[in-house]
Amino acid sequence: MDIPYTVEARPDTGLYNAKVGIWLFLASEVMLFGALFSAYILLRVGAPAGYWPEGWLNVPLGTLNTMVLITSSITTVMAWASLKMHQFGRFKLFHAITLLMALTFLSIKSYEYHDKFTHFEILLKDGRFADGHIIERAPDHIVIHGRIVNDEKALYNLHEKHIQLKEVTIQRSQIKSMERYGPWHNTYCALYFTLTGLHALHVIGGAIVIGFLWGPGSKLWETDPERFTNRVEVSGLFWHFVDLVWIFLFPVLYLL
Amino acid sequence: MSLKAFHLIFITAAITLAFGCGIWGLWDFWSPDGRGWDLLFGLGSIAAGVGLIIYERYFLKKLKNESYL
Repeated sequence: MDIPYTVEARPDTGLYNAKVGIWLFLASEVMLFGALFSAYILLRVGAPAGYWPEGWLNVPLGTLNTMVLITSSITTVMAWASLKMHQFGRFKLFHAITLLMALTFLSIKSYEYHDKFTHFEILLKDGRFADGHIIERAPDHIVIHGRIVNDEKALYNLHEKHIQLKEVTIQRSQIKSMERYGPWHNTYCALYFTLTGLHALHVIGGAIVIGFLWGPGSKLWETDPERFTNRVEVSGLFWHFVDLVWIFLFPVLYLL
Repeated sequence: MSLKAFHLIFITAAITLAFGCGIWGLWDFWSPDGRGWDLLFGLGSIAAGVGLIIYERYFLKKLKNESYL
């Protein structure tokens, strides 16, 4: 038995069924990310003055990732347009580039996560704070590439353009506590990892689907090209949603 | 809404972001602490925005027969 409305539009909706399905799914996704964005805005507005991190993220890397995702959206739509013009070879090429872009995005994001997980805030017994990346660990001391400040508030605004980082040796006996810049570090880190982590999971999901359509799933082109083209369109709609979320995430997390 | 229509919305959002980043970068460059990176970021973003506008026009022409639905 054939599944109805996989190719032709259903009379009451005017769309084929998969397109209705993906838009219903994307509507639920809008609510999910909308709730998280709202949480971010409310917590940021409610934070005490001077205690919301600024400049903690690497803007050049964020910019690069934005360019990567915009490029991937262009190649996704070009892959779909190629199928519409019955150019299967060009579809394969454009979708391969999309996959490459997805992997590039995830690699850069992994590097950024690694940077945060190797970054420490260290509370010293004299009440000062050391902050930076550990470059040497010894039984009696550690060496960080960072700085020591008297007030924790000084660690929040890294937009200051005259911050000097250097190698600092700290005796272990001086350390009261130390903590990585993981999701548990503070509200900002929790929101950053939740928002970008959820987004990265969507990128992985989208890449798996696109990889399937590029590889084994592309056999459908030989037997039912219109249905295959519709599948590519639906995956492209999801991919565009994921990229659009990043278009909002980038300025909110990296620039503002 | 078809992929064509969603792509146009996405590219329009990307153009807005690019010009926003351009203004932000140039604003920072002309502030007392302005750095070369701010100028590069600002001009690069505006150039990207112009490039995306050109691309959007090309895209509209290329897929003029495709439905927005």
